[in-house]
Amino acid sequence: MTQTPSQTVGPYFAYGLSPQQYLYNHTSIASGNLRTSNTQGEPITIKGRVLDGQGNAIPDAMIEIWQADAKGQYNPTDSDFKGFGRFGTGTDPEAQFIFQTIKPASVDGQAPHITVVVFMRGLLTHAYTRLYFSDETAENQKDIVLSTVPEERKNTLIAQRQETPEGIVYQWDIVMQGEQETVFFDV
Amino acid sequence: MNHNQRDWEVHPPYLYPDYKSTVFRAPSKPLIPMKHTLSESTGPVYGQESVGKYDNDLTKNGIRNGEPLGERIVVSGRILDIDGRPIKNTLVEIWQANAAGRYIHKVDQHNAPLDPNFFGGGRCVTDENGRYTFMTIKPGAYPWGNHPNAWRPNHIHFSLFGSNITNRLVTQMYFPGDPLLQYDPIYQGVPEKARHLLVSQFDLSLTQPDFALGYNFDIVLRGHNATPFENQ
Repeated sequence: MTQTPSQTVGPYFAYGLSPQQYLYNHTSIASGNLRTSNTQGEPITIKGRVLDGQGNAIPDAMIEIWQADAKGQYNPTDSDFKGFGRFGTGTDPEAQFIFQTIKPASVDGQAPHITVVVFMRGLLTHAYTRLYFSDETAENQKDIVLSTVPEERKNTLIAQRQETPEGIVYQWDIVMQGEQETVFFDV
Repeated sequence: MNHNQRDWEVHPPYLYPDYKSTVFRAPSKPLIPMKHTLSESTGPVYGQESVGKYDNDLTKNGIRNGEPLGERIVVSGRILDIDGRPIKNTLVEIWQANAAGRYIHKVDQHNAPLDPNFFGGGRCVTDENGRYTFMTIKPGAYPWGNHPNAWRPNHIHFSLFGSNITNRLVTQMYFPGDPLLQYDPIYQGVPEKARHLLVSQFDLSLTQPDFALGYNFDIVLRGHNATPFENQ
Protein backbone atom coordinates (compact mmCIF):
# COMPACT_ATOMS: atom_id res chain seq x y z
CA MET A 1 0.00 0.00 0.00
CA THR A 2 1.06 3.60 -0.45
CA GLN A 3 2.08 5.62 2.59
CA THR A 4 -0.24 8.48 3.49
CA PRO A 5 1.55 11.74 2.67
CA SER A 6 2.71 14.05 5.42
CA GLN A 7 1.41 17.60 5.92
CA THR A 8 2.68 20.41 8.10
CA VAL A 9 1.69 20.52 11.76
CA GLY A 10 0.75 24.17 11.10
CA PRO A 11 0.80 27.07 13.57
CA TYR A 12 -2.10 25.92 15.77
CA PHE A 13 -1.06 22.49 17.05
CA ALA A 14 -0.68 23.53 20.69
CA TYR A 15 -4.22 23.00 21.99
CA GLY A 16 -4.37 19.60 20.31
CA LEU A 17 -0.89 18.20 20.92
CA SER A 18 0.58 20.04 23.91
CA PRO A 19 -2.43 21.67 25.59
CA GLN A 20 -1.21 21.69 29.19
CA GLN A 21 2.08 23.34 28.32
CA TYR A 22 0.12 26.12 26.59
CA LEU A 23 -2.49 26.28 29.39
CA TYR A 24 -5.46 24.96 27.44
CA ASN A 25 -8.08 23.05 29.35
CA HIS A 26 -7.23 19.59 28.00
CA THR A 27 -4.84 16.92 29.21
CA SER A 28 -1.52 16.27 27.44
CA ILE A 29 -0.21 12.80 26.67
CA ALA A 30 3.38 14.03 26.88
CA SER A 31 5.31 17.08 28.01
CA GLY A 32 8.85 18.37 28.40
CA ASN A 33 9.19 16.54 31.70
CA LEU A 34 10.04 12.88 31.19
CA ARG A 35 11.23 12.00 34.67
CA THR A 36 9.84 11.69 38.17
CA SER A 37 11.73 11.78 41.44
CA ASN A 38 11.86 7.97 41.21
CA THR A 39 13.45 7.79 37.77
CA GLN A 40 16.90 6.22 37.85
CA GLY A 41 19.77 7.89 36.07
CA GLU A 42 21.50 11.24 35.90
CA PRO A 43 18.92 14.06 35.78
CA ILE A 44 19.62 16.42 32.92
CA THR A 45 17.97 19.35 31.18
CA ILE A 46 18.15 19.72 27.41
CA LYS A 47 17.68 23.23 26.10
CA GLY A 48 17.97 24.89 22.76
CA ARG A 49 16.38 26.93 20.05
CA VAL A 50 15.24 26.10 16.53
CA LEU A 51 16.79 28.58 14.10
CA ASP A 52 15.57 29.38 10.60
CA GLY A 53 17.66 30.25 7.55
CA GLN A 54 17.84 33.89 8.66
CA GLY A 55 19.04 33.03 12.14
CA ASN A 56 15.74 33.77 13.83
CA ALA A 57 14.51 31.56 16.66
CA ILE A 58 11.32 29.78 15.58
CA PRO A 59 8.51 30.19 18.15
CA ASP A 60 6.05 27.72 16.64
CA ALA A 61 8.06 24.51 16.36
CA MET A 62 7.20 21.28 18.13
CA ILE A 63 10.06 19.04 19.19
CA GLU A 64 9.62 15.40 20.19
CA ILE A 65 12.27 13.20 21.75
CA TRP A 66 12.51 9.42 22.09
CA GLN A 67 15.14 7.84 24.27
CA ALA A 68 16.27 4.83 26.24
CA ASP A 69 16.46 4.83 30.02
CA ALA A 70 19.56 4.74 32.22
CA LYS A 71 19.92 0.99 31.58
CA GLY A 72 19.74 1.37 27.82
CA GLN A 73 16.19 0.03 27.55
CA TYR A 74 13.36 1.40 25.46
CA ASN A 75 9.87 1.07 26.93
CA PRO A 76 11.24 -0.43 30.15
CA THR A 77 8.69 -2.64 31.86
CA ASP A 78 10.16 -2.16 35.33
CA SER A 79 9.68 1.61 35.63
CA ASP A 80 7.36 4.44 34.72
CA PHE A 81 9.92 6.07 32.43
CA LYS A 82 8.20 6.43 29.09
CA GLY A 83 11.15 7.92 27.21
CA PHE A 84 8.97 10.19 25.07
CA GLY A 85 8.77 13.96 25.36
CA ARG A 86 7.02 16.70 23.42
CA PHE A 87 7.54 20.44 23.76
CA GLY A 88 6.43 23.45 21.74
CA THR A 89 8.73 26.46 21.45
CA GLY A 90 5.87 28.93 21.93
CA THR A 91 5.85 29.27 25.72
CA ASP A 92 9.48 30.15 26.48
CA PRO A 93 10.38 33.86 26.07
CA GLU A 94 13.47 32.88 24.07
CA ALA A 95 11.54 30.27 22.05
CA GLN A 96 13.56 27.45 23.57
CA PHE A 97 12.55 23.82 23.83
CA ILE A 98 13.23 22.51 27.32
CA PHE A 99 13.27 18.84 28.34
CA GLN A 100 13.77 17.58 31.88
CA THR A 101 14.92 14.01 31.48
CA ILE A 102 17.71 11.60 32.36
CA LYS A 103 20.80 10.81 30.36
CA PRO A 104 20.18 7.60 28.43
CA ALA A 105 22.65 4.73 28.52
CA SER A 106 24.20 3.19 25.45
CA VAL A 107 21.92 0.98 23.31
CA ASP A 108 23.29 -1.90 21.24
CA GLY A 109 26.83 -0.55 21.36
CA GLN A 110 25.84 2.86 20.05
CA ALA A 111 26.91 6.02 21.84
CA PRO A 112 24.23 7.40 24.17
CA HIS A 113 21.83 9.42 22.04
CA ILE A 114 18.29 10.72 21.78
CA THR A 115 16.10 10.57 18.68
CA VAL A 116 14.67 14.00 17.89
CA VAL A 117 11.70 14.70 15.61
CA VAL A 118 11.10 18.26 14.40
CA PHE A 119 7.72 19.64 13.33
CA MET A 120 6.70 23.18 12.46
CA ARG A 121 4.69 25.44 10.21
CA GLY A 122 6.61 25.51 6.94
CA LEU A 123 7.84 21.95 7.30
CA LEU A 124 5.59 19.79 5.12
CA THR A 125 7.30 16.63 6.33
CA HIS A 126 8.84 16.26 9.78
CA ALA A 127 12.61 16.01 10.12
CA TYR A 128 14.56 13.39 12.08
CA THR A 129 17.83 14.06 13.82
CA ARG A 130 19.80 12.76 16.80
CA LEU A 131 21.27 14.38 19.87
CA TYR A 132 24.62 13.09 21.19
CA PHE A 133 26.48 14.18 24.34
CA SER A 134 29.68 16.23 24.46
CA ASP A 135 31.07 14.25 27.40
CA GLU A 136 30.98 10.96 25.46
CA THR A 137 33.87 11.66 23.11
CA ALA A 138 35.18 8.09 23.01
CA GLU A 139 31.75 6.55 22.48
CA ASN A 140 30.86 9.15 19.88
CA GLN A 141 33.95 8.30 17.87
CA LYS A 142 32.84 4.66 17.59
CA ASP A 143 29.17 5.31 16.91
CA ILE A 144 27.83 3.65 13.75
CA VAL A 145 25.42 6.45 12.89
CA LEU A 146 27.76 9.35 13.66
CA SER A 147 30.40 7.64 11.54
CA THR A 148 28.18 8.18 8.47
CA VAL A 149 28.18 11.95 9.07
CA PRO A 150 30.87 14.10 7.42
CA GLU A 151 33.48 15.10 10.00
CA GLU A 152 32.81 18.82 9.70
CA ARG A 153 29.09 18.37 10.40
CA LYS A 154 29.28 16.04 13.42
CA ASN A 155 29.35 18.98 15.83
CA THR A 156 25.78 19.87 14.81
CA LEU A 157 24.58 16.73 16.59
CA ILE A 158 26.50 17.13 19.84
CA ALA A 159 24.85 18.84 22.79
CA GLN A 160 27.25 20.75 25.03
CA ARG A 161 27.31 19.78 28.68
CA GLN A 162 27.17 22.67 31.16
CA GLU A 163 27.18 22.50 34.94
CA THR A 164 24.82 25.18 36.20
CA PRO A 165 23.19 26.05 39.54
CA GLU A 166 20.03 24.33 38.26
CA GLY A 167 21.96 21.14 37.47
CA ILE A 168 23.38 19.56 34.34
CA VAL A 169 22.20 21.32 31.19
CA TYR A 170 22.90 20.17 27.66
CA GLN A 171 22.71 23.05 25.23
CA TRP A 172 21.81 22.18 21.66
CA ASP A 173 20.33 24.35 18.91
CA ILE A 174 18.61 22.92 15.86
CA VAL A 175 19.58 24.87 12.74
CA MET A 176 17.22 24.36 9.81
CA GLN A 177 19.39 25.84 7.05
CA GLY A 178 22.82 27.14 6.14
CA GLU A 179 26.47 26.59 6.98
CA GLN A 180 25.76 25.23 10.46
CA GLU A 181 22.66 23.31 9.36
CA THR A 182 21.89 20.43 11.69
CA VAL A 183 22.30 17.02 10.14
CA PHE A 184 18.91 15.52 9.36
CA PHE A 185 18.58 11.83 8.60
CA ASP A 186 16.52 9.90 6.11
CA VAL A 187 15.26 7.51 8.75
CA MET B 1 17.54 0.07 2.19
CA ASN B 2 14.98 -0.37 4.92
CA HIS B 3 11.78 -2.08 3.87
CA ASN B 4 9.71 0.68 5.41
CA GLN B 5 11.73 3.66 4.20
CA ARG B 6 9.95 6.99 3.89
CA ASP B 7 8.48 7.09 0.39
CA TRP B 8 9.63 10.40 -1.07
CA GLU B 9 7.43 9.87 -4.12
CA VAL B 10 4.38 10.54 -1.94
CA HIS B 11 5.63 12.88 0.80
CA PRO B 12 6.00 16.58 0.03
CA PRO B 13 9.52 17.97 -0.39
CA TYR B 14 10.94 20.22 2.31
CA LEU B 15 11.27 23.19 -0.03
CA TYR B 16 8.04 24.10 -1.82
CA PRO B 17 8.32 27.86 -2.51
CA ASP B 18 4.59 28.35 -3.22
CA TYR B 19 4.18 27.66 0.50
CA LYS B 20 6.22 30.61 1.66
CA SER B 21 7.07 29.40 5.15
CA THR B 22 9.14 26.58 3.65
CA VAL B 23 11.68 29.01 2.19
CA PHE B 24 13.65 29.69 5.38
CA ARG B 25 12.68 26.54 7.25
CA ALA B 26 13.36 23.72 4.78
CA PRO B 27 16.59 21.81 5.37
CA SER B 28 18.86 22.65 2.42
CA LYS B 29 21.46 19.90 2.64
CA PRO B 30 20.69 16.34 1.56
CA LEU B 31 19.39 14.01 4.27
CA ILE B 32 21.89 11.41 5.42
CA PRO B 33 20.53 7.87 5.00
CA MET B 34 20.34 5.93 8.25
CA LYS B 35 20.09 2.18 8.72
CA HIS B 36 17.60 1.44 11.44
CA THR B 37 18.81 0.47 14.89
CA LEU B 38 16.86 -0.39 18.01
CA SER B 39 16.29 3.34 18.43
CA GLU B 40 14.27 3.41 15.20
CA SER B 41 12.49 0.06 15.59
CA THR B 42 10.97 1.14 18.92
CA GLY B 43 8.60 3.94 19.83
CA PRO B 44 6.28 5.28 22.50
CA VAL B 45 3.14 3.31 23.27
CA TYR B 46 -0.03 5.16 24.19
CA GLY B 47 -3.04 2.93 24.74
CA GLN B 48 -6.55 3.26 26.13
CA GLU B 49 -5.22 4.70 29.40
CA SER B 50 -4.28 7.91 27.57
CA VAL B 51 -7.82 8.60 26.41
CA GLY B 52 -10.61 10.16 28.49
CA LYS B 53 -14.36 9.54 28.17
CA TYR B 54 -15.30 12.23 25.64
CA ASP B 55 -11.91 12.59 23.99
CA ASN B 56 -13.21 11.12 20.72
CA ASP B 57 -16.37 13.24 20.69
CA LEU B 58 -15.58 16.85 19.84
CA THR B 59 -19.29 17.69 19.88
CA LYS B 60 -19.22 17.01 23.64
CA ASN B 61 -15.71 17.63 24.96
CA GLY B 62 -15.92 21.42 24.77
CA ILE B 63 -19.47 21.98 25.92
CA ARG B 64 -20.09 24.84 28.35
CA ASN B 65 -23.71 25.89 27.92
CA GLY B 66 -25.08 24.15 24.83
CA GLU B 67 -24.30 22.25 21.65
CA PRO B 68 -21.54 23.38 19.30
CA LEU B 69 -22.76 24.98 16.07
CA GLY B 70 -22.19 23.50 12.64
CA GLU B 71 -22.68 20.30 10.72
CA ARG B 72 -22.10 17.19 12.85
CA ILE B 73 -19.93 14.58 11.15
CA VAL B 74 -18.50 11.16 11.93
CA VAL B 75 -14.88 10.77 10.83
CA SER B 76 -13.66 7.20 10.87
CA GLY B 77 -11.08 5.06 9.15
CA ARG B 78 -8.46 2.38 9.55
CA ILE B 79 -4.80 2.79 10.35
CA LEU B 80 -2.84 0.26 8.27
CA ASP B 81 0.79 -0.49 7.60
CA ILE B 82 2.24 -0.65 4.09
CA ASP B 83 1.50 -4.38 3.97
CA GLY B 84 -2.18 -3.66 4.65
CA ARG B 85 -2.16 -4.95 8.21
CA PRO B 86 -4.24 -3.04 10.76
CA ILE B 87 -2.29 -1.15 13.42
CA LYS B 88 -4.20 -1.88 16.61
CA ASN B 89 -4.24 0.07 19.83
CA THR B 90 -2.41 3.08 18.44
CA LEU B 91 -3.13 6.65 19.46
CA VAL B 92 -4.76 9.06 16.99
CA GLU B 93 -4.76 12.77 17.88
CA ILE B 94 -6.76 15.39 15.97
CA TRP B 95 -7.29 19.16 16.06
CA GLN B 96 -9.28 21.49 13.86
CA ALA B 97 -11.02 24.82 13.39
CA ASN B 98 -14.67 25.28 14.34
CA ALA B 99 -17.55 25.51 11.84
CA ALA B 100 -16.78 29.19 11.25
CA GLY B 101 -13.14 28.51 10.38
CA ARG B 102 -11.70 29.76 13.67
CA TYR B 103 -9.17 27.91 15.82
CA ILE B 104 -9.32 28.24 19.57
CA HIS B 105 -5.53 28.77 19.50
CA LYS B 106 -4.57 32.09 21.08
CA VAL B 107 -2.47 33.07 18.05
CA ASP B 108 -5.38 32.73 15.58
CA GLN B 109 -6.66 36.25 14.93
CA HIS B 110 -9.06 35.41 12.09
CA ASN B 111 -12.15 37.57 12.36
CA ALA B 112 -14.65 34.74 12.70
CA PRO B 113 -16.46 33.78 15.90
CA LEU B 114 -15.21 31.31 18.46
CA ASP B 115 -17.80 28.76 19.51
CA PRO B 116 -18.04 28.66 23.32
CA ASN B 117 -19.08 25.01 23.07
CA PHE B 118 -16.36 23.76 20.74
CA PHE B 119 -12.76 23.09 21.68
CA GLY B 120 -11.53 21.34 18.54
CA GLY B 121 -9.04 18.83 19.93
CA GLY B 122 -9.54 15.12 20.45
CA ARG B 123 -7.90 11.72 20.58
CA CYS B 124 -8.73 8.04 20.47
CA VAL B 125 -7.08 4.65 20.20
CA THR B 126 -7.62 2.24 17.29
CA ASP B 127 -9.53 -1.01 17.86
CA GLU B 128 -8.62 -4.58 16.90
CA ASN B 129 -9.20 -3.78 13.23
CA GLY B 130 -7.11 -0.63 13.35
CA ARG B 131 -10.25 1.51 13.23
CA TYR B 132 -10.64 4.91 14.85
CA THR B 133 -13.84 6.96 15.05
CA PHE B 134 -14.44 10.59 15.97
CA MET B 135 -17.64 12.58 16.23
CA THR B 136 -17.04 16.21 15.42
CA ILE B 137 -18.22 19.33 13.57
CA LYS B 138 -17.24 19.97 9.97
CA PRO B 139 -14.46 22.57 10.11
CA GLY B 140 -14.79 25.81 8.14
CA ALA B 141 -12.34 27.26 5.64
CA TYR B 142 -10.23 30.18 6.79
CA PRO B 143 -8.00 32.83 5.22
CA TRP B 144 -4.24 32.93 5.76
CA GLY B 145 -1.43 35.21 4.71
CA ASN B 146 0.53 33.03 2.31
CA HIS B 147 -0.56 34.95 -0.80
CA PRO B 148 -3.36 37.39 -1.72
CA ASN B 149 -6.79 35.92 -1.02
CA ALA B 150 -5.35 32.65 0.29
CA TRP B 151 -7.83 30.28 1.97
CA ARG B 152 -7.13 26.94 3.57
CA PRO B 153 -9.56 24.22 2.46
CA ASN B 154 -11.64 22.56 5.18
CA HIS B 155 -9.35 20.15 6.98
CA ILE B 156 -8.72 18.19 10.15
CA HIS B 157 -5.15 17.77 11.45
CA PHE B 158 -4.12 14.21 12.35
CA SER B 159 -1.19 12.95 14.42
CA LEU B 160 -0.28 9.24 14.40
CA PHE B 161 2.26 7.09 16.22
CA GLY B 162 2.04 3.60 14.69
CA SER B 163 4.40 0.83 15.65
CA ASN B 164 7.67 2.71 16.06
CA ILE B 165 9.15 6.20 15.88
CA THR B 166 9.73 5.92 12.10
CA ASN B 167 5.95 5.54 11.70
CA ARG B 168 5.35 8.96 13.20
CA LEU B 169 3.08 10.96 10.91
CA VAL B 170 1.38 14.32 11.10
CA THR B 171 -1.00 15.02 8.25
CA GLN B 172 -4.26 16.71 7.29
CA MET B 173 -7.54 15.21 6.12
CA TYR B 174 -9.51 17.09 3.47
CA PHE B 175 -13.09 16.79 2.22
CA PRO B 176 -14.20 15.54 -1.21
CA GLY B 177 -15.04 18.14 -3.83
CA ASP B 178 -13.52 21.09 -1.98
CA PRO B 179 -12.89 23.81 -4.61
CA LEU B 180 -10.10 25.32 -2.49
CA LEU B 181 -7.83 22.27 -2.85
CA GLN B 182 -6.58 23.36 -6.25
CA TYR B 183 -5.37 26.69 -4.80
CA ASP B 184 -3.82 25.38 -1.58
CA PRO B 185 0.00 25.13 -1.65
CA ILE B 186 0.07 22.90 1.42
CA TYR B 187 -2.08 20.29 -0.33
CA GLN B 188 -0.47 20.93 -3.71
CA GLY B 189 2.97 20.37 -2.15
CA VAL B 190 2.17 16.65 -2.15
CA PRO B 191 3.23 14.93 -5.39
CA GLU B 192 0.22 14.79 -7.66
CA LYS B 193 -0.20 11.03 -7.71
CA ALA B 194 -0.56 10.92 -3.92
CA ARG B 195 -2.81 13.91 -3.26
CA HIS B 196 -6.04 11.92 -3.38
CA LEU B 197 -4.79 9.94 -0.37
CA LEU B 198 -5.44 13.01 1.79
CA VAL B 199 -9.06 13.41 0.72
CA SER B 200 -11.66 11.62 2.82
CA GLN B 201 -14.59 9.86 1.20
CA PHE B 202 -18.23 10.46 1.95
CA ASP B 203 -19.52 7.14 3.30
CA LEU B 204 -23.24 6.60 3.68
CA SER B 205 -22.63 3.57 5.90
CA LEU B 206 -20.86 5.79 8.43
CA THR B 207 -23.67 8.32 8.65
CA GLN B 208 -25.90 8.29 11.71
CA PRO B 209 -29.47 8.70 10.44
CA ASP B 210 -31.14 11.92 11.58
CA PHE B 211 -27.91 12.95 13.30
CA ALA B 212 -24.58 13.15 11.43
CA LEU B 213 -22.95 12.62 8.02
CA GLY B 214 -20.03 10.19 7.73
CA TYR B 215 -16.58 10.45 6.15
CA ASN B 216 -14.02 7.68 5.87
CA PHE B 217 -10.29 8.43 5.99
CA ASP B 218 -7.83 5.52 6.00
CA ILE B 219 -4.20 6.18 6.87
CA VAL B 220 -1.23 4.06 5.85
CA LEU B 221 1.87 4.21 8.05
CA ARG B 222 5.24 2.68 7.37
CA GLY B 223 4.90 -0.28 9.71
CA HIS B 224 7.59 -2.61 10.97
CA ASN B 225 10.79 -3.17 9.11
CA ALA B 226 10.13 -6.61 7.65
CA THR B 227 13.78 -7.40 7.04
CA PRO B 228 15.61 -6.30 10.19
CA PHE B 229 18.52 -8.69 9.67
CA GLU B 230 19.65 -6.79 6.62
CA ASN B 231 20.44 -3.91 8.91
CA GLN B 232 23.01 -5.71 11.00
